[in-house]
Amino acid sequence: MLAKKVDEVSYHTEISQKVIRRKRNLTSLGNSMLFLGPSTIFFAITVVIPFIYGIYLTLNKMDSPIDAMVFSGMLNYVNAFKDAEFWSSLWLTIKFVVATVFFVNLVGFGLAYLVTSGMKIQNSLRTAYFTPNLIGGLVLGYIWQFVFVQSLPALGEKLGISWLKLGWLGDPHMAFWALVIVTIWQTSGYMMIIFIAGLISIPKDLIEAAKIDGAGAFRRLINITLPLMVPSFVVTIFLSLKNAFMVYDLNFSLTKGGPFNSTLMVSMHVVNKAFVEANYGTGQAEAIILFLIVAIVTGIQVYFSKKMEVEA
Amino acid sequence: MTAKKIVASTFVYLIAFIALACFIFPFILLMINSFKSNGEIITNPFSLPSHWDFAHFSDVIAKMNFLVTFKNSLLITLISTLLIVFFSAMAAYHMVRKPTKYNKIFFTILVASMVIPFQSLMIPLIYIYGAKLQLIDLIPIPLLICFYIGFGSALSIFMFHGFMKSIPIEVEEAARIDGCNTLQTFFLIVFPMLKPITVTIAILNVLWIWNDYLLPSLVLNNETVYTMPVQMKVFNGTYMNNWELLIPAILLTVLPILIMYMIGQKSIINGVMQGSIK
Repeated sequence: MLAKKVDEVSYHTEISQKVIRRKRNLTSLGNSMLFLGPSTIFFAITVVIPFIYGIYLTLNKMDSPIDAMVFSGMLNYVNAFKDAEFWSSLWLTIKFVVATVFFVNLVGFGLAYLVTSGMKIQNSLRTAYFTPNLIGGLVLGYIWQFVFVQSLPALGEKLGISWLKLGWLGDPHMAFWALVIVTIWQTSGYMMIIFIAGLISIPKDLIEAAKIDGAGAFRRLINITLPLMVPSFVVTIFLSLKNAFMVYDLNFSLTKGGPFNSTLMVSMHVVNKAFVEANYGTGQAEAIILFLIVAIVTGIQVYFSKKMEVEA
Repeated sequence: MTAKKIVASTFVYLIAFIALACFIFPFILLMINSFKSNGEIITNPFSLPSHWDFAHFSDVIAKMNFLVTFKNSLLITLISTLLIVFFSAMAAYHMVRKPTKYNKIFFTILVASMVIPFQSLMIPLIYIYGAKLQLIDLIPIPLLICFYIGFGSALSIFMFHGFMKSIPIEVEEAARIDGCNTLQTFFLIVFPMLKPITVTIAILNVLWIWNDYLLPSLVLNNETVYTMPVQMKVFNGTYMNNWELLIPAILLTVLPILIMYMIGQKSIINGVMQGSIK
């Protein structure tokens, strides 16, 4: 009798525990859906699905975006490899990447060094140097169009300086450098902020010790500050690389790829291919090639610069 | 102070001021030329206006459909940023507190997705939501907001994730014992503690969305839904080289964000600095 009772009780507790456990699993599942659901859905519909669908798109051919797709194997990639304008725009973009990554980091670091040197007005200077970052590339391009088309020639006229009188944007070589200059102007303030964060975190006693040992300002910069700034450079080089590979807005508003397509960067070429020529398949194949290049280059960069990091 | 030190510090100030001039002269040019006529702009872009003429501004406000455009930009930027912040904080919270296998995989995918250039996604995006589902013509603004949430989540979740680890779990356990459920614990206890990183993430998203051009130019095909950059592009196409209209238009486009910067410069600079360390 007693044994039966005990059995019954344990049977009931087992059931109630099962119910509790199931309830807990349900609430935990509910919580997961509640907390992760929104981000997962939006991320899936804008990044994951288009990315996978984009690869599928490159394997098909269609005459216009509203036509039916026909499987075409690697045809779009073959077309991309044969597209001379794609390769010339890619080569130009690589030159642009090299020039801007170098100068943006150089100027950004220089500015950061300047505004951490203990000047009274350094906070106001930081604010001013950062200002161009608030404005998008498209509008900046229009602002600088005014500078290059109207203001500099007027200045050259007044002062009698011949190289200022030339319209920069009308000359293929100068137009490329105009893009580089505006990019430096736009993004070096952002890199400056990242470098400031790095410079502040360098232990003061290390610099003091080097000073006492007789290291001059230049030696301290090369042998102490720069090696300790590698983590900042990992971030700034990554950002400037990615920005430069993807440049579109500024390219579009400042030069429109001209004169004679001499400043047509790869992003603009892909946009034109897809939305002007309405060739989605080949355009997407070229975009995938661009993705692979960006992924490989940034991957190599992060891997090697992480290796260069040192402990203070 | 030795003579050498004085020379050195003068030199530093000289460089600082030359750099300052380089960084702000385009803005000064914009401001002084906004009040001039075409003739005066072309003959003398560097002088102050001979008389301050505000007429071009009212002209531009009408021609740009400024109030509607401004309202669109404001609406899209604020709603997208608000939703990005909430959804990303919630997702990051769940991932840090419940590091299951699925959550770890999702986090890895998010981080990896940050190297995908927008250009590699835009064609399928426009194909799926434009040519196939026709949503671009039907609901352009809600669709654009959805895209911004999708593109913005990766970086925002990553930043919240880094910050969340520094929040002590004991506080939450105390809240739990006092009878809060998970949702209450998150919104009443955890979210307020995330404020510093929330400000950073909100600033970065506002700057990006307000200034973005390529995505809205592909999604917004009708003048009534244009954002400021898209409107500026159209305006520039219509009034090519008509500087007396273009310059006030550019100034009006950049003014809202410059005013925001003047009010919140300290938190913006600090926000960007915090964002870079994470």
